[in-house]
Amino acid sequence: MKVSIVVFPGSNCDRDIAVSLKKFSNKDPFMVWHKETSLPDSDLIVLPGGFSYGDYLRCGSMAANSPIMKEVKKSSEKGSAILGICNGFQILTESGLLPGTLIRNQGLSFLCKNTPLKVQNNNSIFTKNYKKNDIINIPIAHNEGNYFASETVIEEIEDKNLIAFRYCDHNGDIDLKTNPNGSRNNIAGIINENGNVLGMMPHPERATDKSAGLTDGENFFTSIVESLT
Amino acid sequence: MTKITKELVEEHGINKEEYKFILESLNREPTITELGIFSAMWSEHCSYKSSKTWLRKLPTKNNKVIQGPGENAGVIDLGDGDAAVFKMESHNHPSFIEPYQGAATGVGGIMRDVFTMGARPVALLNSIRFGDVSHSKTKHLLNGVVSGIGGYGNCMGVPTVGGEVEFNSCYNDNILVNAMCVGVAKIDKIFYSKATGIGNSVVYVGSKTGRDGIHGATMASAEFDDDSDEKRPTVQVGDPFAEKLLLEACLELMKKDVIIAIQDMGAAGLTSSAVEMASKGNVGIDLNLDFVPCRETKMSAYEIMLSESQERMLMIIEPNKEQEAKAVFDKWGLDFATIGILTDTNHLVINHHNELKAEIKLDILESGAPSYDRPYKITKENEFDQSLAKETNDLALKTLENLLNSPNLCSRKWVWEQYDHMVMNDTVLRPGGDAAIVRVHGTNKGLAISADSTPRYCSADPIEGGRQVIAESWRNITSVGAMPIAITDCMNFGNPEKEDIMGQFAGVVTGMIEACEILDYPVVSGNVSLYNETNGKGINPTPAIGGVGLIDDLDHFSTPFIKRENDNIFLVGETNGYLGQSIYAKEILNITSGLPPRVDLKSEKEIGNVVRDLININKIDTVHDVSDGGFLVALAEMSISGNIGVKINLDKENLNDKFLFGEDQGRYIISVSDGLASEVTKILDDKGIFFQKIGKTGGKKLIINDHEEAAIETLKKIHENWFNNYLEE
Repeated sequence: MKVSIVVFPGSNCDRDIAVSLKKFSNKDPFMVWHKETSLPDSDLIVLPGGFSYGDYLRCGSMAANSPIMKEVKKSSEKGSAILGICNGFQILTESGLLPGTLIRNQGLSFLCKNTPLKVQNNNSIFTKNYKKNDIINIPIAHNEGNYFASETVIEEIEDKNLIAFRYCDHNGDIDLKTNPNGSRNNIAGIINENGNVLGMMPHPERATDKSAGLTDGENFFTSIVESLT
Repeated sequence: MTKITKELVEEHGINKEEYKFILESLNREPTITELGIFSAMWSEHCSYKSSKTWLRKLPTKNNKVIQGPGENAGVIDLGDGDAAVFKMESHNHPSFIEPYQGAATGVGGIMRDVFTMGARPVALLNSIRFGDVSHSKTKHLLNGVVSGIGGYGNCMGVPTVGGEVEFNSCYNDNILVNAMCVGVAKIDKIFYSKATGIGNSVVYVGSKTGRDGIHGATMASAEFDDDSDEKRPTVQVGDPFAEKLLLEACLELMKKDVIIAIQDMGAAGLTSSAVEMASKGNVGIDLNLDFVPCRETKMSAYEIMLSESQERMLMIIEPNKEQEAKAVFDKWGLDFATIGILTDTNHLVINHHNELKAEIKLDILESGAPSYDRPYKITKENEFDQSLAKETNDLALKTLENLLNSPNLCSRKWVWEQYDHMVMNDTVLRPGGDAAIVRVHGTNKGLAISADSTPRYCSADPIEGGRQVIAESWRNITSVGAMPIAITDCMNFGNPEKEDIMGQFAGVVTGMIEACEILDYPVVSGNVSLYNETNGKGINPTPAIGGVGLIDDLDHFSTPFIKRENDNIFLVGETNGYLGQSIYAKEILNITSGLPPRVDLKSEKEIGNVVRDLININKIDTVHDVSDGGFLVALAEMSISGNIGVKINLDKENLNDKFLFGEDQGRYIISVSDGLASEVTKILDDKGIFFQKIGKTGGKKLIINDHEEAAIETLKKIHENWFNNYLEE
């Protein structure tokens, strides 16, 4: 599996995702500087978490207009897998690769904590090793993770089963109380209709380490590696 | 030219004798730029003029110390060619005036101190102190400081893994914001600030210079009054995005063999970096300010030299390597300008618009800086009247609930959930434990890090308090199974020109020296913040201690969370039930007078070493030190965080508030699995360590002698909801 990780000025989870992907694929990813105008041949392109361009103007908006994003869009059209985590998800919505937008958390403050998620769609290349309705513990760390879209868009992604993960509690209950940031319908991550683009606010790369106490992200990475190798 | 009047000299915080010395040394009147430079370099903040006679006495060496005080940060050896680089620094005054930016730039500044030495920052901690919870400014300051710390650290992608928060009316008008950063470097790739090589270029990199923060160092060295709000323009504004780029650019350039010396422009900006770097290298330095990248027009030499604009560095490089270096900064979109040259004159020479603005012999600025052996008087409180303690009358759990719901003992979760404490993916033990654990990336070694202070002890008995802060830091590092190596100290005190305040300083340092020596726990870096007073009232003496230790093998460490049912709870160390200066005395008895508990450093060391051994040989994995709030609070924290109950059985003589809530030092609670209990008992007995078997884990309740019980879920809610309730009021 060949992986490219795009590094924007202000990206700060680029190393973390590289380490996790290498752990499961045994191969060093390419780190691609945002000013590049071509991408190495890749099965998976990752837009990592962080604060690209300092989150100035609007989270992800400047990064969405970086030179490399033209190439990311082209690769997406060709069917390459694209993964955006946290700021990467924001960049995906800003660049139109996924619908909706991520607005300020309902509580108006940055939130970093373990969050139970319910796996909703396990038919994707990213989630196939989970069972539907699995409850997994994955950390979030964001200030703008409140997923918002028009009612029509929400209906569409619901109807087409494009919601990968929803926030819930340890019992799997999905309601306002188990929603950490105010996201519509507790949405934590969505995929596109083609199934090759996933954006999610939680950080699966932070849940693959036994000594730190979290391993629920492992199936995420094995799904990707098995699907794309 | 600006005329140098008596008033102008006074406004610069320079006293008569100091000014006389300046006139004699220069053999003429200083220019305004020179006056500004003297003022900044001789401010308390930069010159340590009141504190250095005392600080010099602190132990600064052991066999792991690579670099002690005097550099941008301290450096210790972690083995295998790895080093930890760390420091703690205050940003108190700016944070009171503008809490978000003050705290944010405090975090930014301390990170630059670490990465300027070639280390990648891997952990941030903070000691933050606010006024009484009922004070009108406290909520605003708390919100601002916490979001400022998060705003900067989160964006930088460096995890904030620990710290402490305290509320006390002594900080009503003078909050404390102390930020600590730990970085990791290779021992053979550490960069220092000593400028060498006459003819080498002086290079400015990073953000542009503006008028922000002019005379920040002088402000930080003056008492506040009611007009302090008017000083807002002297608060710097942070841009964490620019600093993230600066970090990556510096570390990228450091991989090449280009930089001879480097220092960040912190307090007193270009002035202190240029002066300190040249003085250390025993060279002169010529600067042409026409080349300094400015973001405002018509800035004077005075303003450029004293600006405290953030995210800037000064480097010395060979002229023929300038292009190679510039290419790196171009890539990251940062300014790179050659602004001067090293000379053999031993003078600081500053030109601007073809005019000579300053010419000062460096000796005068550095070694000529004033040093005061200020008069002091050490005072302490009287013995605490132990008979004031109550019998429990089956109300111990009610008292516990009151304590868990008090501002200084409740969970700090509301604070640390606003900090990204996991980014970099090496946080093994998150905030909420005795010390944070951060893996040394790519290895199985762990750094244990904590930030501690107990100002109320220091106020009641400075010497004992000085001993205690070091002992507690050492104990916290030990609690997770790490070997404590060294500390950084951030000394926050009142006005040293007052005898009793200077006595607090002298007393605390005296106690620290003794503890650092006995525990082999030297000081490798630090910062002093004096004049923390408002309208003549000083803060409690607050020596914030940042401790760093090493876990050789992350297969063995411990956390405070109870992990299994049917474990045995041991209380290790002697309990005398001393209540002086305890949180119980304040919250329940409403008494804030009396001596603090005593620290027996010899037994502290013996007990700690045995506890650590037990962790390292894999006999225990659940340890919590007993500190603020005493035994029952510590046990409740273990129970709540592990979500497992405990049934306690106490002898009748121990069933009282003294035993349950006294803050006797040198104690740990350990939870021992049933199968290993006899082995652990034997080891403790063989080593002559006093301990008591207190109870058993299991269920979902805290139960005392079958008389009283409380559900863990209830205690957890009480413990965790204080901040939300407070902020929603």
